[in-house]
Amino acid sequence: MPLTTYPAARNMTGTDESSQQPVIQLDNLVKFFGRFAALRGISESFSAGKLYVVVGDNGAGKSTLLRIVAGLTQPSQGSLALLGTSDIRSVAHRVGYMGHAPLLYDELSGMENLRYFAGLYGIADDAVCREAIQQVGLDPELERRVGQYSQGMRQRLSLARAVLHNPELMLLDEPFSNVDVHSAREMATVLGRMRDQGRTIFVVTHQAPLMEPVADEFVQMADGKIVSRSRQVPSAQLSTVSSKLETI
Amino acid sequence: MQVSSIFVTRSTLMKDFRLEWRSKDAINSMLFFSLLVVVIFSFAFNPNAEESRRIAGGLVWVAFLFAAVVALNQTWARELRNQVLDAYRVSPAPANALFLAKAIGNFLFVTVLELLMAPLFVVFYQLRSVGPVWQLVLIGLLGTWALVVNGTFFAALSIRTRSREIMLPLILFPISIPALIAMVDATTTVLTGDGTPDVPLKILLVYDVVFTLVCLLLFETVLNAE
Repeated sequence: MPLTTYPAARNMTGTDESSQQPVIQLDNLVKFFGRFAALRGISESFSAGKLYVVVGDNGAGKSTLLRIVAGLTQPSQGSLALLGTSDIRSVAHRVGYMGHAPLLYDELSGMENLRYFAGLYGIADDAVCREAIQQVGLDPELERRVGQYSQGMRQRLSLARAVLHNPELMLLDEPFSNVDVHSAREMATVLGRMRDQGRTIFVVTHQAPLMEPVADEFVQMADGKIVSRSRQVPSAQLSTVSSKLETI
Repeated sequence: MQVSSIFVTRSTLMKDFRLEWRSKDAINSMLFFSLLVVVIFSFAFNPNAEESRRIAGGLVWVAFLFAAVVALNQTWARELRNQVLDAYRVSPAPANALFLAKAIGNFLFVTVLELLMAPLFVVFYQLRSVGPVWQLVLIGLLGTWALVVNGTFFAALSIRTRSREIMLPLILFPISIPALIAMVDATTTVLTGDGTPDVPLKILLVYDVVFTLVCLLLFETVLNAE
């Protein structure tokens, strides 16, 4: 089933005013795990309505940064403002988060999962869940339990879970892991469309070239810092991909 | 944006029933454990009716307490698989709704277990209550809630520890002692007909109210602790 279009995000119609305001403002963000500094003083701001691709080696701090922005982890020092407020909980309904793990119940079907998570956002309409499942190319009638899904299908369903409440800001951690290249390209296209409809999207990925056609900015991280922001795929990421291809 | 606590509690409860119906993780372990206690103790003591009335209060609640711990450990284990708890934490759903759903779910699981095990206790221990049976029902409801409300809370507290299945009884049992003493005392009083269980019932009621409020107040902090 092909991936289809998404409805425009609520309150994010891509007006000049909204696109000029930083959707995320990080101020000297530091995160320690024991004595290990996962983030080392990040101060950046990110505009609304753009698709950011966060790249970097393992341990660079990408997922930690995303978890802090999602409100799942507290920073050790520094502060952040999300959608104009430092109270992340108050804007939770405007943010969609897709974790590295699928965040789904294996014993439930796709629809049962989405129905439950929709309820957490006050959505009781089955049509919303059906639409979200269809939009990621899955069949809402599929009664198979998620535990019997392939990894790729889980990733798609996880994406559907993250977007079913129509968020303005989407935080996606490795959405293409275990997804075949063709499906990953389709997902990237869908993400591009969502951005065009006014959403701000952060994608943490090791497959940066996949996002090149749709990305607005590549944010490169290394050793807990943002080392560069550019419109092109950072050369380090290209060389990593090339070396992997050579190995294959 | 306000998400209705009642709606989230209900949908979480229904989801947990569905998960338990499909996996039967908790109920099977609880039933097996309780059955084992009933059978082994009945062979070990071989009591007459009078002795049974004196010891049954302790026996019944020991069986239910250990069986409840099995269910309580399962409560959060399924939320940790695939890190599903993170999906809850990033949502605007109130933390208390999750706690209430889990506590009510555990209460119903343990109550079902008690209903299934009660006839077996009657048969194996020749139990006949001298006092009014409705008081036993009341003790059962208040006592079960005392066990599960704390158990649900402390199970959540221990989910991020490495050996959470050992941690839960270590934290839960000491704090449940006042309730356990009241439960055993009240049950024995009703079974033997020696006086009325007013004082232990009042203790249980106060214990339930206090710990329910404390757990509700602190649960959000526990849920978001790293």
